[in-house]
Formats: sequence, structure tokens, C-alpha cells
Amino acid sequence: MAYIIDLDHVSVTFGDLHAVSDVTIKVEKGDVYGVVGYSGAGKSTLVRTINLLQLPTAGTIEVAGTTLFKDGQAQVTSKELQEKRRNIGMIFQHFNLLNEATVIDNVAFALKHSDLDDDAIEAKCYELLDLVGLKAKAENYPVQLSGGEQQRVAIARALANDPEILISDEATSALDPQNTNQILDLLKRLNKELGLTIVLITHEMDAVKKIANKIAVMQHGQVVEQGKLRDVYLRPKAELTRQFVGGSLAAAETLKAFNLGTLGENEQLYQVVFSAQTVTKSVILELYKQVGVDVSMLYGNIEVLGDEPVGTMFILVTGDEQQQAQVESLLKSYQVEVTKVDGGILA
Amino acid sequence: MSELISKYLPNVANLGWTGDSGWGTALFQTIFMTFWPAVIGGLLGLIFGLALVLTKDGGILANRAWFNLCDKIVSFFRAIPFIILLAFIAPFTQLVVGTQIGTTAALVPLSLGVFPFFARQVEVALESVDRGKVEAAQALGSTNWDIIFDVYLSEARSELVRVSTVTLISLIGLTAMAGAIGAGGLGNTAIAYGYNRFNNDVTVVATFLVLILVLIVQLVGDWLAKKLNHQVR
Repeated sequence: MAYIIDLDHVSVTFGDLHAVSDVTIKVEKGDVYGVVGYSGAGKSTLVRTINLLQLPTAGTIEVAGTTLFKDGQAQVTSKELQEKRRNIGMIFQHFNLLNEATVIDNVAFALKHSDLDDDAIEAKCYELLDLVGLKAKAENYPVQLSGGEQQRVAIARALANDPEILISDEATSALDPQNTNQILDLLKRLNKELGLTIVLITHEMDAVKKIANKIAVMQHGQVVEQGKLRDVYLRPKAELTRQFVGGSLAAAETLKAFNLGTLGENEQLYQVVFSAQTVTKSVILELYKQVGVDVSMLYGNIEVLGDEPVGTMFILVTGDEQQQAQVESLLKSYQVEVTKVDGGILA
Repeated sequence: MSELISKYLPNVANLGWTGDSGWGTALFQTIFMTFWPAVIGGLLGLIFGLALVLTKDGGILANRAWFNLCDKIVSFFRAIPFIILLAFIAPFTQLVVGTQIGTTAALVPLSLGVFPFFARQVEVALESVDRGKVEAAQALGSTNWDIIFDVYLSEARSELVRVSTVTLISLIGLTAMAGAIGAGGLGNTAIAYGYNRFNNDVTVVATFLVLILVLIVQLVGDWLAKKLNHQVR
């Protein structure tokens, strides 16, 4: 499998500071890859190595079939790098538009080295502005726009050269919730309609939850956890991930509040995860009817991950080992994911 | 009008309009000595100011050796008092324009006197351009020339006009000293024909004319800087 972005054992060192240590991230075409972590975790430094805005100290970087960095040095000339960068759009927290240029000139700036003639460039700019819903503001200056509008201009500019990849560096962090949602919806639409691969850096879990399909969690320059959003989200392993996910933290706190102490004999706690297709079945009733076990529901929650509603339940099943095995296989037959949870979580 | 001047400002009238000591001659010399050094020193200052920002650590052409070289040159010329610079570079002036005295000779030290001042001002103006804009341009695949013209110079244009105004006014001040090497100008009129001969009316009128020049530069500069600025709502 060829990856569109392949960061292999990448490190970035500033003097004694290890901003990024030995990070490996592989992004497939069409992914929306969320990189989360607190500020100073090395997220921005890491993604800046994708377009070599930041030269790594070690590692290999391959983007869309080209090796950009290997064996401690860049593998492309500065001219080749400029060409390559046009295939990697980037948007920023503070938009970074040219304030002395009109909206349309900001977009046209990205097309300065394209093969299109002036008329075609103008047409393309209007097309891009239409895509982000700002055609009417083409002749305005950036300061006359709201933050969300400025970010949409920045997106139009980033997409001007029809890139395959878009890097979003905290692009919604300076925006209010309404504008944040608009931008995220736009990014999601671009991902679906244009097949754009997106790398989304953020410290807001909600943004990732909304549009990402994969996620890496960073701390002190290292990736502490990565994988499919659903897996990482529903069963976070690292403590930091738990903090970010929050949801499972809430579950743990709720379970503690029951004050059940330890599990009794023949009692088993399960985490049950179900998605849209399976919610309609009254699974718990079936457990009682078919296996004859006692089921108490201790915690339940439904989250929307990407487009998909995903439910999580913690259930306490009372039954012998054989019945427990039956419970597990029955749940699996309903395409419900089931995991045994150690009773220690209740204490 | 001319009768009034003859009556109340006799020494002013005596100098006449044309001729070596004439007001018209002095005014022309001052403008001449402001214009060319503004062009030459301005260009030099812009190049050095740009070089300082681009070669600085973290700049798009970061290079410590070049930065240090530019920085030292600017600091060196900035450190020499102008009146001494006039004499100090006289041999060089001879080499460039073929004479050490007169209005044309003054163009050389004036250009060299104003460029380090302008270079520092340009440096500050260009540093006001957010690093993020440069980074965004790099991410778009812009060339270094794009970044110099479309990001640095274009984004800082209003600030550049503002510092040019300040520099131009300071240059008008420097021309007054050029009288020391026989370059004439309004400053020379004020000192040589006014102060030295106890003709206070000449000094006052010469000062007044310099003030008008400064005022025109200031007003045009402010207007242009405002017109070019789209940074605030």
C-alpha cells in the first residue's frame, strides 16, 4: 500500500530540544488525519516537515510518491520543492492572508506560477471563491471580512493549485464555535467531493471527532497513540488520550459514582459499542431472553464520530462462565463490539 | 510684494532670486541635494534593509556571514557624524564625481549619510510583516522574489512610505550641512548670508522656506501612507 504521506521515524531537534522524536505517521489518500495534543507537543513542527517548511533532523519523508527527505538531507532542489508545495495546500490559525491585497488577489497570488493565462486565472479564482461561498466579497480587503470568512479565503487560496493534500494547522482555533463548524463542514465537504486528503492539527477533540477518520495523539514530541478514530476514541489506551477523549473519562467517573466496590462472583463488566445499524435491535432484551442472564446498564452514551452515531454502554452481566461466553458471542452476532472491562474501574 | 520685501527685509531682497547667492538658486540646490541622495541612498537603504531582514536568523535567506557584513556596514556609516563624513569620504567623492566641492560633490556624502539611517528604518518596517504571511507564501510554493515583492514590500508598503517620509525630512536637515563643502542650499544661505553677516531676516526666511519643504513632504507622505494602508478596518 502506497501512502500519500509517509513520515518514517521523523525527528526534529532544535539544539537540545527534541521537538519531534522518532514519529512515524502514514496517511492514506482520502484520509482526514487528526493530530491532537496540547500546545508545545510538537504537532505543528511535525506537520511542517510534510512540505519541508521545517527540515527534519532525521527520518524519511515521502509525499505523493516523491521522497522529499532522506538520509539527513532534502532530496529535492528548491525549485522542485516549490512545485511540490503547490500540491500541498496549507491553512493556518491566523489565516496569514495578504492584507494589502484584495480577496481575489490573495487567491490569484497562489496561481502566479500556474500555466493558466490571466483570464483563466480570474475565472479559476471566482470558481474557488464560489466554492467557499465568498464570490461576492472578491473585491474586499481581508480586514473587511470576519475571521471565518478570512479562513475561507485562505482555504480557497490553499486549493488554488488543485492540491491532493491540505494541511490545517489549528485552522479553527481562533474562530468562534459557529465559524468553527462552518469551516469543519467545508473541509469535510472538500474531503468527500474532491477526495482531498486532510491533515488536521488541533487541540480541540471536537474538531477531530467531527471530521477525522484517523487520529494520532502527541505529547512531548512523540505519538503516544494512533489509529482509526473509532478505536482510539472508544478505547483510549494512553492517559493523555483519555483526557482528550473526555467521554471515557465521564464513563469512568459515572461508574465510580455507583459505589459498587468490587465485582461479585459471576459478575462481569462489559463495554459494549454499537453503531447506527445495530441500535434498532433491542440487544439487551435478547440477552435476557436467549441466555437468561441478568443485565444492568450502568452507563450509556451516544456520540457522533464523523457521520456515524456510535453508542457506548457499560453493562454488568450476572451469569456463569458459560453464560458469559454466550453473551459475548450473541453480542458479536449482532455486530456489537464487546470488551471485558476489569472490575477495578468501579473502585 | 517685492517693495514690501525690500522695505522690511532689506537683506533678503539684496540676495535676489538668481545668481550664486540667490534664493531661487539656494532653493533649487536644496531640492537637488534632497532628490538625488533620496533616490540613490533610498535604493541603497532599501537593498541593505531587505538584506538585513532576509539574511537574519529565521529569514528566508538566513546567512550569518552576509547578515553580519550588512549589519557592520550600516552600523559603521551610521556611526560617523555627517559633518565628518563630508570630509572623510572626500577622496571617494573625487573619484566618483570628479570634484570634492560644490552641490554635485555633496550628492555622494549625502547618499552615504542617509542610506544607513534608511536601511535601519526599512529593516524595522519589513519586520512588521508577520512571519506567518511569509510562511504561507512559502507553503504556496512562492519563489523568494515573490516573497520579497508580493509579501515583504507589498505588505509593508504603507510603513515604508512612512519611514521614507521620516528619512526625507532628515535628509533635508543634512543638506543644510552640505554648505560646509560649498554645496550651497538654504542651510548655507541661513548660515553664510544670515548668521555670519548678522542678517537675521535672511536666517528667518531661509528657515521658513526649509519648514515649508518639510511640511510638504510630511503632508504628502502621510496622505500616501494612509491611502496605501488596508491593515485596519
